Amino acid sequence: MATKLPKVPVVIVGMGWAGGIIASELTKAGVKVVGIERGKDRTTSDYLMGHDELRYQHRTELMQDLSKETITSRNNKNMTALPMRSYGTFIVGDGVGGAGSHWNGQTYRFLPYDFEIKTLTEKKYGPNKVKPEYLIQDWGITYDEIEPYYDKFEKMAGISGETVEKYGKRTNPYPTGPMVKTPIMKEFETVTKKLGYSPYVIPSSNLSESYKNPDGIQRGACQYCAYCENFGCEYGAKADPAVTVIPVAKQTGNLDLRTHSNVIRILNDGKKATGVLYVNTITGEEFEQTADIVVVASYVFNNVRLLLNSGLGKPYNPETGTGVVGKNYCYQVTGGATTLFFNDREFNLYGGAGALGMEIPDFTGDSFDHTHENFIHGGCIRVTQYGNRPIANNTVPKGTPAWGEEFKKQSIKYANSTFPIKVQASSMPHQDNYLDLDPTYKDAYGMPLLRMTYDYTEQDREMVKYMSKITKKIAKEFGADIMETSEEQAPFNVNKDTNTHNTGGVIMGANPETSAVNTYLQMWDAENVFVAGSSAFPHNSNFNPTGTLGALSYRAAEGILKYIKQGGLLV
Amino acid sequence: MSIDEKKLNGVQDKTRRTFMRNSGLTVGGLIVGGAVGSLFGMKSSSKTVPTTAPVQEMAANPNEALMFFNQNQYQTTAAAAERIFPKDETGPGAKDLNVAIYIDHQLASPWGVNAKDYMMGPFKTPDEKQGGQLRTLRKDLFLLGLNGLDDYSNKKYKKKFTELEAKEQDEVLVDFESGKAGNLSGVSTAAFFKMLRTLTIEGAYADPMYGGNKDMQGWKMRKYPGAQMGYTKEIQSDKFVELTPHSLHDHMGN
Repeated sequence: MATKLPKVPVVIVGMGWAGGIIASELTKAGVKVVGIERGKDRTTSDYLMGHDELRYQHRTELMQDLSKETITSRNNKNMTALPMRSYGTFIVGDGVGGAGSHWNGQTYRFLPYDFEIKTLTEKKYGPNKVKPEYLIQDWGITYDEIEPYYDKFEKMAGISGETVEKYGKRTNPYPTGPMVKTPIMKEFETVTKKLGYSPYVIPSSNLSESYKNPDGIQRGACQYCAYCENFGCEYGAKADPAVTVIPVAKQTGNLDLRTHSNVIRILNDGKKATGVLYVNTITGEEFEQTADIVVVASYVFNNVRLLLNSGLGKPYNPETGTGVVGKNYCYQVTGGATTLFFNDREFNLYGGAGALGMEIPDFTGDSFDHTHENFIHGGCIRVTQYGNRPIANNTVPKGTPAWGEEFKKQSIKYANSTFPIKVQASSMPHQDNYLDLDPTYKDAYGMPLLRMTYDYTEQDREMVKYMSKITKKIAKEFGADIMETSEEQAPFNVNKDTNTHNTGGVIMGANPETSAVNTYLQMWDAENVFVAGSSAFPHNSNFNPTGTLGALSYRAAEGILKYIKQGGLLV
Repeated sequence: MSIDEKKLNGVQDKTRRTFMRNSGLTVGGLIVGGAVGSLFGMKSSSKTVPTTAPVQEMAANPNEALMFFNQNQYQTTAAAAERIFPKDETGPGAKDLNVAIYIDHQLASPWGVNAKDYMMGPFKTPDEKQGGQLRTLRKDLFLLGLNGLDDYSNKKYKKKFTELEAKEQDEVLVDFESGKAGNLSGVSTAAFFKMLRTLTIEGAYADPMYGGNKDMQGWKMRKYPGAQMGYTKEIQSDKFVELTPHSLHDHMGN
């Protein structure tokens, strides 16, 4: 039997960016919050041995323990989904900070086009541009409405960047200047300018300079030590909930942080939540925490799974197109890169930062004409310098054997002499790409795992072909000795694909028939449940998701404070 | 303290000073973010260090011992890893880098028993677009693979794997890689080969504390500087900057 705990005003599930921001805003306003986190508490002192590629990247130190919980995946409805038994594609964060601890720190605003994608696409290209199986829809909020929340997030995190004219209008410049430019970035800049594009330095949460945020948190500048993605930042230079919003929430005395606590169900009466049921992962003891408001702020997958396992919201049915929970799962398309190899040039690629790079805005969103293209939206074309760690980076020219003398020779020869011109493209929702509960596989607590049904769509494949031509064109200008372009998007493979930019499943919108939450991330079907995270995105843009996740979390926090005062649906 | 160590400490201290200056940590104010401040105290340059150390003690490495393999398994692993990452004019191979020691230690670790993997059934044959679905633990698959190398070598050449010429060993490994060499208690030899290859690369380049990458020679070979405080200056340089590598041991400060 679960131990019943006294009722609290707010319980938050997950202490990553979404949960951390909401906890910080509520506790500053004097609201008592219980923050439940399945992993451990973390501070920068945990990272003094952080420059360990094997432990953090290949043995996934900061990630969720898959022996307890994973997802199952399949490419289409006719296949049997099987569990992701070890890490490949998705590195799902765990512990205080969540994915906000191990991320690279590339921090964007989505485009004005994103928020009104359906309206603007139809206005420009007519109602038949997008086939009906692509479930694009407006977000229920405009760029101008979300702008103040982006501003707030950027000031809290101290985002370093330069204003890009082609993107949405900014009230304020970035709080800190752009990151430094390395020779490959400068060369990209020269080359793309020559081709008529408008290169800019990638906006970064790695901090180009020392910065004190409005909460009084001061952080030092990035040292370009090359250990961002998969790693925690021992300097605290990389914005991480564990060095920004969580300490602020703790300082108020209003946050009751409970780590090693895994929420397995949201308790509810069908209309409203009454609290959460969680397990202490160390002792196995169960607790029932009753609360006036439940904020679901875990990772995309677990947000969807918790709602489905708790019977909250209408599950999406791909056959009838009805229901919303699990709908519009999107990913991030990254095919179409061109890799360069130089025989007699070496670059200091061992150094870098997670959000160090340059890119062009010219093929993002609807910045170019799609009249004659079989796809909408676009991609960032970029060069990045994350720091090439030696186990993960052994790129060799095609035709080189995968092992033996020739492999060794080539991988060492090009260790500091190869880099790609990459694409980070949008992902449009499709009726057959969705999340639901797996009928067979369970987690360590006996709850069904989340099942992902996903593959790249025709739209994605067309876009990759298009983008590959641009990367090739740019790459040619570099005068490399060998150039290799990946022109086709291969099928999705849960152990091979390359990023953790998962979105959707509990999407926001203006209409309860087609969305699960309103623009305050409040559930239409349960007014005291707020579901925060990139699970709220109706589609994924061509940018990294965290900036938008952060902005929406600030808006959700505002909504929760409003709800505490007035109750009822906020929209 | 050897000359090399002095040089290392010198570099380390200089890097720390640069860091203090660049990061603005000396400016003052509430520093919630950084843990590095506490690191500065860990390795004081004013600390008295013995100026001479017995040569034998420096050479002995207690980590060069087996916690999982028997001698025969160790030899077979060393021989196979050497073919994957051979000694040549670019530098030392798997053998000289202690890759087999690394593999031994990894298989003895929680990773060897798939501690963080999802291991609940049912185990079904995956589609090629789905991830691996092996019930067999890594440590068991590896031993099956080592036996398989000898069995296949015996079948083909009437010799143990370690007794084969390098070219013959390569032929055996090619058949393992493609899966042509058959099954190991129901698991394709290709799955074993994939693990062997991955472990070999890891053993060449992981931090030396894991047992491989002996004396950071794997890193030196590809001019990788290991674990350093930062590269703000280097990454902006047009010229390639080759640095003396550091390992995590340098961050211990004792």
